[in-house]
Amino acid sequence: MSQLSHFFQLPLRVFCFYKDGFRRMKVGKTLWLIIGLKLFIMFAVLRLFFFPDFLGTNFSTDQQRADYVAEQITGTAQE
Amino acid sequence: MEIDLASVNWAQAQFALTALYHWLFVPITLGLSFLCAFFESIYVKTGSKEWKRLTHFWMTLFGINFAIGVATGIILEFEFGTNWSTYSWMMGDIFGAPLAIEGIAAFFLEATFFAVMFFGWNRVSKGFHLFATWMVAIGSSLSALWILVANGWMQNPVGMRFNPDTVRFEMENFFAVISNPVAISKFTHTTTSSFVVGACFVISISCWYLLRKKHVRMAKRSIAVAATFGFIAAIATAVTGDESGYDVAVYQPMKLAAVEGLYDGHEGQAIVAFGILNPDKKPGVEGPEFTYEIAIPKGLSFLATRTLNGFVPGINDLVYGNPEHNVMGAVEKIEKGKLAVAALKDLKAAAKEGDDAAKAEALTRFEANSDYMGWGYMKDPVDAVPSVPTAFYSFHYMVYVGSFIIFAMFLFLIFSRRGSMDRHVWLQLLGLLCFPLMYAASELGWVVAEVGRQPWVMQGRLLTDVAATKIDAGHVQATFFIFLVLFTALAIAEVSIMIKQINLGPEAE
Repeated sequence: MSQLSHFFQLPLRVFCFYKDGFRRMKVGKTLWLIIGLKLFIMFAVLRLFFFPDFLGTNFSTDQQRADYVAEQITGTAQE
Repeated sequence: MEIDLASVNWAQAQFALTALYHWLFVPITLGLSFLCAFFESIYVKTGSKEWKRLTHFWMTLFGINFAIGVATGIILEFEFGTNWSTYSWMMGDIFGAPLAIEGIAAFFLEATFFAVMFFGWNRVSKGFHLFATWMVAIGSSLSALWILVANGWMQNPVGMRFNPDTVRFEMENFFAVISNPVAISKFTHTTTSSFVVGACFVISISCWYLLRKKHVRMAKRSIAVAATFGFIAAIATAVTGDESGYDVAVYQPMKLAAVEGLYDGHEGQAIVAFGILNPDKKPGVEGPEFTYEIAIPKGLSFLATRTLNGFVPGINDLVYGNPEHNVMGAVEKIEKGKLAVAALKDLKAAAKEGDDAAKAEALTRFEANSDYMGWGYMKDPVDAVPSVPTAFYSFHYMVYVGSFIIFAMFLFLIFSRRGSMDRHVWLQLLGLLCFPLMYAASELGWVVAEVGRQPWVMQGRLLTDVAATKIDAGHVQATFFIFLVLFTALAIAEVSIMIKQINLGPEAE
């Protein structure tokens, strides 16, 4: 029983460490708000709607991607 | 196939904007993290409450800079997939490895100890807190190491071979990639110069306090530590800059010729200490390189060859060739490159038709010229020349400021030792100037590195134009302006939070 409580004690202490740390923040609260907003814009807006993985979304296999790139680089060459 | 230059230009502009914006935060993080570690070490050694307050103050500014800057580098990775898909496909096998290591190392090392650094005051032992602060500093520099290994590989591709079947450069020797001389000199020069940026940040803010006669004791102590660190780092920056220049001469001679405005190379080549470029001077066109110049005899030969009379090729030598000095020009490389690209085309066609004999023959032709493949895409040999004015003036600004900072740091060190920093307004004004000057030099260092290597995205192997995705220029243009608005908003947020915190100063006793 005491071993089990010891097992749970460390994660609980780590959790409390972070919880108290966040609670006591002053300027940090504003900074976390900015970080959250920035990450939301970056991943939920920009990544999703403006930055698709071009080869990932337009081709389904690596062979198709390799063929497309080969076509691009051999077709682009100076004649 | 025609390349949409508008799309490429906007993609380049977007990448430059993102990289330069990201670089606003990185040098402060690299430099200030070590200064925080020094400040806290003194606190732990002396047990003085004043050093604790001082450490806490600079750590708060470090945290603001870190928080606003965090994850701005990830945007560059978005751009790789969308705007630079050919590049990502061809280089991903090698370029992705150091970036992945950086991501994992940064997460585990920085994120873990970062929490202890900020939340752990009075909650963990002094020794463990100090250990966490040092780990954040070391972790930040290790993150930079992996990014610069990736960048160094683009400047000097080593440890790989091109696989025509997968159309990818595949890693053959990881050790060669991480011990690439360009990556090493890039890492040492970038980190030492960032330490100077961090020192200038502390000195400028401290001098502002001295000018306003606020927090005088804290400001003087901060300057004493920052000037010591900054002086050593500024000298190290000059030494690593010299080594970096030597590597550029060996692996990217066109970049060296551009930063020096050198068109016709000579033995015992002088280095231009100050010069105004002749705007009419072009490759293959007669006429002086400068309208005014002050040169140091044999200086460039010494930097580039470590001998006083070594030959340093100029732009014309590198474009048209110089058989006397065994310099192969862009003209000849383009011919070889065209043979490589034609062989690759035949190889892919033979593979499609299942003609093994034709494939083997094409492969032999390809491998004979594969080192020049990238040159096969160049329309005109003159396209091998980067923007000389941008490279030349950016480089020279960097050198002037670097030299000035050594002298300034020396003065701060001397006057700090005498304890008279608060009695000389001229010195405080000089200190105030250091940060913006050094910040601009740090940014321009990247301009030299990246504009100087154009037209290549991967030196000698892949042209920037070819590396770009064939997408609508309007799409890239739109995201450019979205970033511009986002970055401006974040920059305003950082500056206003930072100014507010500086005005508040350290916590009251």
